[in-house]
Amino acid sequence: MIDILNALTLLGNFLIIPGLTYGSQLALGALGVTLVYGVLRFSNFAHGETMAFGAMITILATWGLQSMGVSIKPLPTALIAIPVGIAVTVLLILVIDKFVYRYHRERKASPVTFLIISIGVMFFLGGLIRFIIGPGDQIFFDGTRFILKAREFREMTGLSEGLSLKMTQTVTIVTALIIVIAMFWFLNHTRTGKSMRAYSDNEDLALLSGIDPNRVVMVTWIIVAALATVGGTLYGLDKSFKPFVYMQLLLPIFASAIVGGVGNPLGAIAGGYVIAFSELILTFAYKKVVLYLGPDNLELDSLVQLLGTNYKIAVSFIILVIVLIIKPTGLFSGKTI
Amino acid sequence: MPAVYHQYRNQILFSVMAGLLVVVALTQGLSVSLTILNLCLISAIMSLGVNIQWGYAGLFNVGVMGFAALGGLSGVLISMPPVSEAWQAGGLGILFGLIITTGTIASSLFAWSRTKYSKKQRYWVIAGIIILGYALLRLFFDPSVDAIEAINPSVTGYLGGLGLPILVAWPVGALFAASVAFVIGKIALGLRSDYLAIATLGISEIIIFCIKNEEWLTRGVKNVNGLPRPVPYEIDLQQTQWFQEWALDFNMPVDDASAVFVKICYALLFILVIAFLLWLSETALKSPWGRMMRAIRDNDTAAAAMGKDVTWQHLRIFILGSAVIGLAGAMLTTLDGQFTPVGYNPLRFTFLIWVMVIIGGSGNNWGAVIGGFFIWFFWIEAEPIGLWLIETLTSGMSPGSAIRAHLQEGAAHMRLMTVGIILLVTLRYAPEGLIPEKKRQ
Repeated sequence: MIDILNALTLLGNFLIIPGLTYGSQLALGALGVTLVYGVLRFSNFAHGETMAFGAMITILATWGLQSMGVSIKPLPTALIAIPVGIAVTVLLILVIDKFVYRYHRERKASPVTFLIISIGVMFFLGGLIRFIIGPGDQIFFDGTRFILKAREFREMTGLSEGLSLKMTQTVTIVTALIIVIAMFWFLNHTRTGKSMRAYSDNEDLALLSGIDPNRVVMVTWIIVAALATVGGTLYGLDKSFKPFVYMQLLLPIFASAIVGGVGNPLGAIAGGYVIAFSELILTFAYKKVVLYLGPDNLELDSLVQLLGTNYKIAVSFIILVIVLIIKPTGLFSGKTI
Repeated sequence: MPAVYHQYRNQILFSVMAGLLVVVALTQGLSVSLTILNLCLISAIMSLGVNIQWGYAGLFNVGVMGFAALGGLSGVLISMPPVSEAWQAGGLGILFGLIITTGTIASSLFAWSRTKYSKKQRYWVIAGIIILGYALLRLFFDPSVDAIEAINPSVTGYLGGLGLPILVAWPVGALFAASVAFVIGKIALGLRSDYLAIATLGISEIIIFCIKNEEWLTRGVKNVNGLPRPVPYEIDLQQTQWFQEWALDFNMPVDDASAVFVKICYALLFILVIAFLLWLSETALKSPWGRMMRAIRDNDTAAAAMGKDVTWQHLRIFILGSAVIGLAGAMLTTLDGQFTPVGYNPLRFTFLIWVMVIIGGSGNNWGAVIGGFFIWFFWIEAEPIGLWLIETLTSGMSPGSAIRAHLQEGAAHMRLMTVGIILLVTLRYAPEGLIPEKKRQ
């Protein structure tokens, strides 16, 4: 019995909590990609850099608050800096839309043209971010590091394995939950949200019903920028902020969106967790778990690992490719918000 | 634009490019200028490859990096001397692993096409075969990999290559890229264009991951240095009689002269390749085949109705373009003299090449070449230009100013931003690029 509890704690500590955290970050990113796809109908390659930009502004605001002595311990200060990040990112994205995307939208450019344009925006934002904050590592986390320490857990329960819960992990999971609930409430219960869904479902019909396309597009960009800022900041809090990391995050995010069914918000969230957990499950070393659950005299040489840890990120691409081949519409058959 | 410009556009653009290189030669030295020229030529070949896929057929391949890396890998596998101890230690296991892999793939294909199960059952059968094959592979593969990587890891720790001249690696690199392109094309070409983009981007990342982590084959992040050269070494040149006299004639120090001479040799080789490729692709574009490709690109439904096999043609052109990129990748490792898997990042090897094609003019081979030249030139020279610009602009500030220091630090990143702006401006005001596609009747 104790062995089973120990094994479960071990899995919880190294698999379930990190999986939920990483999954929430991916889900927030994938939601943004899916919204752009659903309403504006293109794959936004600049989304990773948008996340980095939002996180950067939040970091700058956090530094400002910290120098003024503002603190909300035990929570990280960055949480109250996020609104500033959102505001600036929304502004930037709307300006980019006005000067870049709108022209091509009015001419009904093909999705591939938009894709190439988003690559241009990606270059631009990438350069802007590195110009403002530099390519290096930025740490902006303050507040209490652990909510539950492994040692305390061991003393509390008497198990030999510890379960630790980091502040950043809790903040990530809780914030993601709140955002997702708010998003669905907005999409299903407000007039604007409904008009967005209608527009995504059938553009011509929505226009005939008197929905203002410019307003729908603007609202979409605002939501996307807000989601990107929150997602980017949470990822930066949890790991650390490095501009080029967000570019690498782009592929798992696309993978999440497509696995869940691109254009479908519910799918994006499910996809985020599917990708996160499969990365962890396939690269987790099960040696200790097997030792706990197996017979007492069991001895193992190998780590009982399905794939080397180096291949962690490759897992998401493999899943992506498999989904694209077998079921390109994704788990939740996408294309409607 | 004046009519004269339109009439002599290609000549003017290429003369401007040559002029820019001369300016660099005069201000920063001939050697720097030739280095840029060589990389311009390789970039031009890569963008020719992308142009074959995008410009002729409208295939959106964002996996350029993967194909370039495969070409680079061929440089290692062909030219490096074999490590005989490693072969003795683990060669058998590796060969056995390859047999298992081939067996797994063959039996999955067999299960896919030759059995009478329903679609769902087939997925499970194939999954079972793959899991079994993977378990077997790990069982035989892992010990030999460990054995190989244990042999003198600081110098070798890999199987080595075939020890052939590195020029052989160029066509082989193209072949590597082509065979991988065949597999990718079979899988992904049926997808919509933006899915194809994401799929190829993902696959190219997988290729890089494999190259970084399979150290028994590539030495991974430890890099392979000292690839043999197709041209003479500077040291040898400096010691030969005729070269010393020759340098004296040109009134250059022997050291500089040898560096310049080697770079000119490379440049000539590259120009030979690019001329051949340009001739081939121009001929192809004018041929009935080129007309058919354009017809498919512009309206694939109509082309299919005329009896053209669109999928097969797409696959063919995907393979051709990828082969050209693989060739360029092999040339790049040859020029560098080393294979550094960490150096492959999508910004530089995929997206920048795309910018070259779009700016140059998609669908026009000369456009792809000039795009490759201009963008690479700019990519390299943006840093000194940016630094100079910032220094001039901030010269009014006090030398100790923090803002000034920050701006100067940031100048290096200006090029990303500027490339982005150039791309966006081109797409808006000149979507056809510098040299637009010729409209033929």
